[in-house]
Amino acid sequence: MSDTSPAATAAPESLLAAPDQATQSQITQEIADLHAEYARREAAGEQVPTTIHDFPPYRSSILRAPTKNPKLVDPETIELYSPAFGQRDVAVIESDLTLQHSGEPLGERITVRGRLLDSWGRPIANQLIEVWQANSAGRYIHQRDQHPAPLDPNFTGAGRVITDDAGEYLFTTIKPGPYPWKNHINAWRPAHIHFSVFGRAFTQRIVTQMYFPGDPLFPLDPIYNSIPRQADRDRLVSAYDHDLTVPEFSMGYRWDIVVDGPDATWSEEEGEH
Amino acid sequence: MAEKLPKTAGQTVGPFFAYGTVYPKMHEVVFPHSPGALVLAGTVRDGAGAPIPDAMVEIWSADADGSVPSARGAFRRDDHTFTGFGRAFTNDEGEYQFWVREPGAQAGRAPFFAAIVFARGLPDKLHTRVYLPAATPEQDAALGADALLSSLDPAERATLVATRQPDGGLRHDFRLQGEGETVFLAFR
Repeated sequence: MSDTSPAATAAPESLLAAPDQATQSQITQEIADLHAEYARREAAGEQVPTTIHDFPPYRSSILRAPTKNPKLVDPETIELYSPAFGQRDVAVIESDLTLQHSGEPLGERITVRGRLLDSWGRPIANQLIEVWQANSAGRYIHQRDQHPAPLDPNFTGAGRVITDDAGEYLFTTIKPGPYPWKNHINAWRPAHIHFSVFGRAFTQRIVTQMYFPGDPLFPLDPIYNSIPRQADRDRLVSAYDHDLTVPEFSMGYRWDIVVDGPDATWSEEEGEH
Repeated sequence: MAEKLPKTAGQTVGPFFAYGTVYPKMHEVVFPHSPGALVLAGTVRDGAGAPIPDAMVEIWSADADGSVPSARGAFRRDDHTFTGFGRAFTNDEGEYQFWVREPGAQAGRAPFFAAIVFARGLPDKLHTRVYLPAATPEQDAALGADALLSSLDPAERATLVATRQPDGGLRHDFRLQGEGETVFLAFR
């Protein structure tokens, strides 16, 4: 059955364009309506998730979002722990995305620094953060990215770091550009860096996106707006921090990550190898 | 206690995660063909039953004796240390594949792989579990006594238990939406 369906045989990149190609004003209206609906439901006492899975303005979520509410369970032992990471897993140089080739990448060099915290504000040390992003022209190195912006031979756009004892991470990179996608007519993503983060427990695992302050594309973007509460959306936006800016070198942005959910208060084994 | 900090919201992994999250031998939780190694594989499908070619599946499990792995090195595999963690991308047919060994559990508990599905078009992660199928009456009793499984109807329960293949491997599909929709989890 699925072997002969168009979806199964089509080239994957053809799946990226939404079939209906709505206008931006239609999408913006759908976003506003959904935000109003979730605000009403929350005011009526309903527990509204931080991110909405079924968010039709993001067209490719229509067939991928579960229709049932998640089953609420008590975590079992394994779910209360996280895979253990250490410097063994990641080379120090992997946190500098500007050093991966023989030349300097084009664009605005930035550092992004922040802390990985649990919801009690305790730093989470020795956990893995992965990042990936478009180059300064808004082009991903991924072969399915068909955006006709230049690739940068000196920029891949992927990095990793292990948080230090204070739960801090630091990446050096270049500021990514906004990029077009085919969710609707004239759809552009606000500039962002993808973050993949491990907490103390597998339940705390998070993949998210960090944005830059003052982006005019925020109200237009269905992905950013799949988070119904403004305060939660604001927390994905980094802050420009002049104290992190390095004279004659790079602009500094600060962004903290808070993971939530049940966790085991296990102590890290001592002695890094 | 001070007021809790609000958590950072999740976002979709997007379409172009592969070059950012790939690493060598990421799907080899254990060394292929080592003693006890078997393949856990399946298809990720959408609400129309079509395979999802741009999903990322992660698993995390106890070792065969039920112990929680605490060894580092899941991202720099040495082919013998058991870290318990693996990651796989689906291919163009929506198939993922891991080399695993079967997790154990405390006596009377049902062992499972904790699993997370990410995908383009999925605004946030989805947690679920992949339970081992029962081969003995004791294992069957453990599955029956499991707090999650026993709270589900048979059709829902079937979405959480892997199927034994004739070659000894395990098969488990994830259906994100629609008929046979996988039971996804939120944690208390």
